[in-house]
Amino acid sequence: MTTNTKTPETHSELPPAGARTGISEALHIRSWRSAAIVVPFVVLFVVLSVASGPFLTTSNLLNIADQQSAVLIIAVASTLVLIAGGIDLSVGATYALSAVVSAQVAVSHGVALGIVTGMALGIVAGLINGIVTTFFRVNSLIATLATALIFSGIAAKLSNGNLIVLTNQPAYAKIAQTQFLGVRMSIWLALAVIIVLGLLLSRTTNGRYIYAAGGNAQAARLAGVRINFVVILAFTINGAAAALGGIIDTSRVLSAQSSSGGNTLTFLVLTGIVVGGTSILGGAGAIWRTVVGVLFIALVGNGFDLLGLDPLYEQITLGIILLVAVGTDAWSRLRQS
Amino acid sequence: MDGQGTSTVAAGSAPTAKSYVDIVAVDKGFGGVRALSGVNLSIARGSVHALVGENGAGKSTLSRVIAGLIMPDAGEVRIDGTPAILHSPRDALARGIASIAQELELVPSLTVAENVFLGSEPRRGGFIRRRALRAQFNTLVAEAGFDLKADAVVSTLRTADRQKVEILRALSRRASLIIMDEPTAALSGSDVQRLHEVVRTLARTGRTVLFVSHFLKEVLSLADTVTILRDGHLVRTGPSAVETESSLIEGMLGRTLGSVFPAKPDAPNGSPPVLEVSGLRAPGVNGVDLTVHAGEIVGLAGLVGAGRSEIAHAILGAARATAGTVAVRGERLYGRSPTVALRRGVALVPESRKEQGLFLDRSVTQNATLASLRSFSVGSWIRRGPERKAASDALASVTVRAARNSVPVSALSGGNQQKVLFARALLCRPCMLIADEPTRGVDVGSRRAIYDLLVEQATRGVGVLVISSDIEEVLGLAHRVVVIRGGRVAAELSGSEMTNQAVLTAAFAEQAGPTRAEPEKASS
Repeated sequence: MTTNTKTPETHSELPPAGARTGISEALHIRSWRSAAIVVPFVVLFVVLSVASGPFLTTSNLLNIADQQSAVLIIAVASTLVLIAGGIDLSVGATYALSAVVSAQVAVSHGVALGIVTGMALGIVAGLINGIVTTFFRVNSLIATLATALIFSGIAAKLSNGNLIVLTNQPAYAKIAQTQFLGVRMSIWLALAVIIVLGLLLSRTTNGRYIYAAGGNAQAARLAGVRINFVVILAFTINGAAAALGGIIDTSRVLSAQSSSGGNTLTFLVLTGIVVGGTSILGGAGAIWRTVVGVLFIALVGNGFDLLGLDPLYEQITLGIILLVAVGTDAWSRLRQS
Repeated sequence: MDGQGTSTVAAGSAPTAKSYVDIVAVDKGFGGVRALSGVNLSIARGSVHALVGENGAGKSTLSRVIAGLIMPDAGEVRIDGTPAILHSPRDALARGIASIAQELELVPSLTVAENVFLGSEPRRGGFIRRRALRAQFNTLVAEAGFDLKADAVVSTLRTADRQKVEILRALSRRASLIIMDEPTAALSGSDVQRLHEVVRTLARTGRTVLFVSHFLKEVLSLADTVTILRDGHLVRTGPSAVETESSLIEGMLGRTLGSVFPAKPDAPNGSPPVLEVSGLRAPGVNGVDLTVHAGEIVGLAGLVGAGRSEIAHAILGAARATAGTVAVRGERLYGRSPTVALRRGVALVPESRKEQGLFLDRSVTQNATLASLRSFSVGSWIRRGPERKAASDALASVTVRAARNSVPVSALSGGNQQKVLFARALLCRPCMLIADEPTRGVDVGSRRAIYDLLVEQATRGVGVLVISSDIEEVLGLAHRVVVIRGGRVAAELSGSEMTNQAVLTAAFAEQAGPTRAEPEKASS
């Protein structure tokens, strides 16, 4: 515990000072960039509300949230890794490994041990990713590509590629399917992770250090930030989040398979983060952006379903959205410099 | 401004008959800093011409103007008497001018011959004609008088041989003026001799060489003509035969800066040492002993690349020390990392704001408090009120001027950005403050504010180590000056020994020629 001995407790606002040109221009570009994802999200939401009757109903919206809970949890945690200057391509594999092992242990040793084992596996997977990218100095893109292969290989081996069904353990379903205040537990869990990680990133020292490590590693080091610790922390949280996502989805459908998740999930997660506006270069981004980004993509999918559009076009649409998002980011950077 | 020095070529006058490249009344500024003011220069064909001056005198800027890397704001470059507008190195090369960069631009995995003809390989229908390539290389290498194997892979060559490859590449594109910026700075004793031989060979075969060097012995032994620059002005151009090391040093000195510096606080008498470094070795640091007492300002002088910043990083633990000890307030530092050093009270204001200091997207407040977050936190939770308060107090005390402290730090001027880094260091309440090039790229007003700040810290009992390439700055601030050369302490000066002359002499001593100190570790 660090106690605060140096500063008085007064919450004084900063003294206002004379406005300066140049700064306001920078702020303008910044705020414009800030809003970038919110505008299309709101537009899409309004369009869908008007175009489709069933869209703006509690059951549809809760259904979207329930389906997206695992992706949201993983994407929010992966945002930490991206801001810290890394990337984690193994979340899909970690998700599958944790889901499969958790289900197997639940079948043989009970639900509680199943959940604990699944979570522990996720944490270990994240730790491995973090250690390999820091102490062994392997680029995180390559390191997590490799661990993704390893984790999904282990998952396939342990389950022999079979679907593990949890019909003998109906209690497992309670994790995600319990209702509280009319909302499923999966959504509550996602909300809790979003709030906790949001506060971690914006209001704690380690959150600041995550931004510092990804923004300018050399400067962070000289300012006394323990970069390795911070990066490992981000990867470990991400591993735990991937495991939680796997467990929630297993609980939603009461079965697990090593082929679920995988690269599709990983890319969905990264798409959500990037569309939200977190930079893949590290050092910039926010949790709320990822939430909006993931939900935006979910709305697109939901729109295709409700409006009866050819689902073959959905992927193409997502690809275009991703390109536009990244292009906008690059363009605004160019304007800034 | 123009009357300074003894330049013989007045603006607009006809260049001398045999001159090859003429620089006429060239001005160049970088954001308010005048790097070159009304410089005239004539380079004779077939001569070896040296540019000397202190760091920041404008040598590199001038050579880059001739190389087409930068355009002058005013004045012109004439080649064979006709004005030439050089927009790019490509334009310069078309006029026969090639520059050999300090950082060599070779493809390490290709062979010598492939590198020399990279991009201009003899080919037929997309296939490289290997035999023709070989033949062309042999002609070229014989003509240049070099001894170099066509098939040697560049990554296996010594630095001096790599420079030959660069030179051959320039010659293959029919360059007749070769510009070299500090060509021997990265070379060891025997390679220095080899490169000197190369330069002589080039001159013998009718090429012209323009080189920038800090090594005065080298300049005197190699150059036919020497040009001295000081603060962007031409001091004089003359035959090197009439110059001596001391006449060159004299020419490079002599600025009048007025009362840029605050009054020096009294040197502390018998105050305890806050920093004791002994036998420190690290990459670029070859056994350094250094002591800084409470309330003392010590200047670390030396040439660029002498190892000053490396010493700072080794003290902080940012670079791994291979030997030696660092003690703070009498207690040795173990388990060394910047985190440890900072907690024991050693704070660094790094050399390069943008690369080593700032988080440009983040707010001024967050940049200031990064290193001292723990003092406003409960556990890991940042208390933002106290954080903002402490930041605004610290920023006010170092006179940062920003519209709001919530704007990104990139919106501030260079001087204010530098002060934000001082605020960061001071928020850690250091007992030892290391400031590496504290006023680089800083306007005159902020410069004085930064000097005041350093002096104020010293009067409060903080030990201050100022690393600077600006000798005036070191002499104006420090109680004691330590001159670094080749990663070692070359001289320690105090009191009346602290003169420009003494610092420069120590910094330059024994740098050129075969007597040059330790050969650097093989760079391959």
